[in-house]
Amino acid sequence: MSAGVLSLADVHKSYNVGTPVEAEVLHGIHLELAAGEFVALVGPSGSGKSTLLNVIGLLERPTSGRVSIQSEDATALDDAGLTRLRGRSLGFVFQFHHLIPAFTALENVMMPLVIERGRPDPEMRERAMGLLDAVGLSAAAGKKPAQLSGGMQQRVAIARALAVRPPLVLADEPTGNLDTHTGDEVFALMRRFNEQHGSAFLIVTHDPRLAARCDRKIELVDGTIVGNAR
Amino acid sequence: MPFELLVALRFLREGRMQTLLIIAGVTAGVAVVVFITALITGLQSNLVQRTLGSQAHIVIRPPEEFAQPALDRTNADIAARIESRAQRLRSIDQWEAVFARLAAAPGIVAASPMVSGPAFASRGNASKSVAILGVDPDLYRKVVTIEDDMVAGKFRPSGTDAVIGIELARDLGVAIGDKIRLATAGSREDLVTVVGMFDVGTKDLNRRWVFTSMKLAQNLLDLPGGVTNIDLTVVELFGAEATARTIAGQTGLLAESWMQTNAQLLSALRAQTASTLTIRTFVTLIVALGIASVLVVSVVQKQKEIGILRAMGASQGRILRVFLIQGGLVALVGSLLGSGIAAALVSAFARFARNADGSALFTPLLEPSLFVTTWLVALATGVLAAALPARRAAKLDPAQAIRST
Repeated sequence: MSAGVLSLADVHKSYNVGTPVEAEVLHGIHLELAAGEFVALVGPSGSGKSTLLNVIGLLERPTSGRVSIQSEDATALDDAGLTRLRGRSLGFVFQFHHLIPAFTALENVMMPLVIERGRPDPEMRERAMGLLDAVGLSAAAGKKPAQLSGGMQQRVAIARALAVRPPLVLADEPTGNLDTHTGDEVFALMRRFNEQHGSAFLIVTHDPRLAARCDRKIELVDGTIVGNAR
Repeated sequence: MPFELLVALRFLREGRMQTLLIIAGVTAGVAVVVFITALITGLQSNLVQRTLGSQAHIVIRPPEEFAQPALDRTNADIAARIESRAQRLRSIDQWEAVFARLAAAPGIVAASPMVSGPAFASRGNASKSVAILGVDPDLYRKVVTIEDDMVAGKFRPSGTDAVIGIELARDLGVAIGDKIRLATAGSREDLVTVVGMFDVGTKDLNRRWVFTSMKLAQNLLDLPGGVTNIDLTVVELFGAEATARTIAGQTGLLAESWMQTNAQLLSALRAQTASTLTIRTFVTLIVALGIASVLVVSVVQKQKEIGILRAMGASQGRILRVFLIQGGLVALVGSLLGSGIAAALVSAFARFARNADGSALFTPLLEPSLFVTTWLVALATGVLAAALPARRAAKLDPAQAIRST
């Protein structure tokens, strides 16, 4: 296996630690993702998929275990370190697009770059424009998210996730609230970026059709990985 | 444009209604503070100016004479009642030397010697008790702005020319060019010609003051070559008391500042200053609370966006600054608008608040420093008020913030 972009070792996650309602959601997850892999994460509701994605996305800390991204141990980092690693290495695509309504489509795509470098510059604008072009939305660059359809918003979100050319993109049900046709388009787009840029993708999905089109399928049930098939 | 400013501006623009309301709040607050400050500053400087229009900043007099009993104080068998001495009219010892030194001293703008004492002014059967003030008009002008108060003739007491107040002129029924008789206790008397009349705004002074040349006053008061007091003008108006004390210490003479003479005025000024300060403090507090509460709401509304920005690699510090900048911007814009409104109010006040004769009541003072201070205070208030909501925004758990819908 080539150098991994992601490695989870015995990751546990509990909520409400120390209270009577303490509940462990993830029970010792081991997971490796190689560079450029295109992986589906499936499982019934409440199986801990979103929690796992948050832990991988460095948005939540595991209760125990190790999370490494690009061979960097995230468990040892403080908040500033996590933020830096997240900005550099990870792209996010959420179920409900989560674009920032106050900014145009183009500005939304530029945002991760602006955050990384402190202020916008023409080169960023160019790169963001190229990404919008790649998702077929160059005409909508100046529009606010509210003026775009759900599918268009999700395509903008994918362009945004790829702005910093992250080694790993995390997608939480990216097609969840889209119709089949639009969902297929969005999926195809991710696949294309995966092939062109070599970014690894970890996609949470309910759709068995889409899962079948990934390189690998990881199945999570009640906080434990029960299937890991190519 | 840096990321923080960019996001702050967009967030403010997006919450248009909130932004406008809070800017209006800051504007009103700043307008009140600036207007009241200008009003009170103007009123105070007007009061001080009026008071000092007929008074020197510091008056130097010879030390009081006191009884020096030649009794053995340690002998308990002696019962003594020591009466204080009557203070006769005396000249300042070696006044020329004192005058030369004071006139050259640092912090003192001008000095003017004066010979003053009691006298009677009479014409025909009318006789009035007056105070003779023998001055060198050129020196005196520099200490007291008597020239602004002249209603007729010129302020030029010299030879046997005298300048009197309008009340005395009315009492004696004299006009410019008429003669009056001045007589003192030692039955010395002289005829003087009225060459000018003044109105210093106080009837009592208009009735009592008679300006003559120093020479004439010295003759009438039997003080050949002497002066009874030296009037001083200082650079630092409110430092007069300290200067007076220094002079008294150095010369052994009595030095009385206007602040001592007008202690009541001064305490009234202090009370005014204290009450404006109270008003300003409370208005600032209210403005700060307004900014803080609007931003707290904004943080709650923007939870999701904050979470997304954090997920995209924005640090806690960046999010903190985004909200601090919003507080600062709102305060700055509000304070600029507020100063404009205050300036308009001031000019309206100057136009409409007038004396019965149409002259300005007093002019509110709008100093540039007042604006600059207000802007700085507003900016600091805005940023400080934003601190709490900004901290809250920065500490948001990104995962939770994104999940919230």
